[in-house]
Amino acid sequence: MNIVENFDLYAPRLINKKELLSAGHRACTGCAEVLAVRLMCKALGENTVIASATGCMEIVSSMYPTTAWEVPWIHVAFENAAAVAAGVEAGLAGLRKKGKIDDRYIKVVGMAGDGGTMDIGFQALSGAMERGHDMLFVCFDNEAYMNTGIQRSSGTPMGASTTTAPAGKISSGQKTWKKNMPEIMVAHGVSYVATACPSYPLDFIRKVEKAKSIKGPSYIHCFSVCPTGWRCGSHLAIAMGRLAVESGVFPLYEVENGKYKMSSEMPKKLKPVKDYFKAQGRFRHLGEEEVKTIQHKVESEYQKILDKAKYLKAWD
Amino acid sequence: MAKRIGLATWQEITTGCVVFDPGSASEYHTGSWRAQRPIWDNAKCIKCGICYVFCPEGCVQQSEDGFFKANLDYCKGCGICAHECWPRAITIVEEK
Repeated sequence: MNIVENFDLYAPRLINKKELLSAGHRACTGCAEVLAVRLMCKALGENTVIASATGCMEIVSSMYPTTAWEVPWIHVAFENAAAVAAGVEAGLAGLRKKGKIDDRYIKVVGMAGDGGTMDIGFQALSGAMERGHDMLFVCFDNEAYMNTGIQRSSGTPMGASTTTAPAGKISSGQKTWKKNMPEIMVAHGVSYVATACPSYPLDFIRKVEKAKSIKGPSYIHCFSVCPTGWRCGSHLAIAMGRLAVESGVFPLYEVENGKYKMSSEMPKKLKPVKDYFKAQGRFRHLGEEEVKTIQHKVESEYQKILDKAKYLKAWD
Repeated sequence: MAKRIGLATWQEITTGCVVFDPGSASEYHTGSWRAQRPIWDNAKCIKCGICYVFCPEGCVQQSEDGFFKANLDYCKGCGICAHECWPRAITIVEEK
């Protein structure tokens, strides 16, 4: 059991009370992704338009003829969430210029899962970021195509067993490393890139609020645990996200105009990835050697980010 | 828009399948999925609100006396609140 220091900081009075994603959505029991969406909506507030790609969050929140959303929300195809969000942003700017809508600031948000961001929606996202639309794109990364039955995506980590990269006698799960999406977004010259996890709700809300305040493209990569696809207990969803951060599998950092900054939540000393793998059925088949390889890769990737945070500052 | 849950007939479908009732998903009570339920022990509760923050359904509400309570119409019984509550004021019991 994790003991939270500074529990005053978790007081609900610090968080927007209004629920913009109503209860009654059909997410699986213990879904951390829907928790992330709920917290994101709290941070964004009511003046928001959301364009959502196909994925879990579209299926569970919009069972026709009902919707769980209390903000304007549009479902679009897998590949063009970013393109539609960019179009909405340009359309709103046009209407505002003609005086057809009032002057209040409306944030346009594109959201997609890891498949809709890293694989299928990638070129639309790349284009929208390059054109510099005033929008936020949030990737809810649960590390496979969970909605259609746990197929591998380019966000699936090495060694994870999925239905299209199954573990067995010949194969030991996913054979490739996870695509480093935040770095790709940094390379686009996006003004604000951050990684976040709903297991650290205040950090996550602060990052969304910061992205909201930035006029220009911003990208948040949100790590969301999927108990169904990761084969772990539904009550462990928050604890798994915390372990992923503490073991360095998913470090929390933000990049503002090319400047790296580690989040204060990052521990001084990383836990072994073995602790993170233990409770998950998708890593159960991994042997000592494979865990060692992954541990080495995780440490070197983490060191890379630490170095960027430390030495890129020296060039200011 | 049709108030009943279920498939709409073609006459009822709006253009572009636009839904005009925000938050209408709460007509459906996901509490029927539940296999276990959280029970709060108010003697141990320190009113930190961590159960409210971490509930994926957003169904944990603060009552007037400051203690928390789940709306069992929507609680799916995932057990996140009981696992994260560090004074261990929440226990999960089997649904009978």
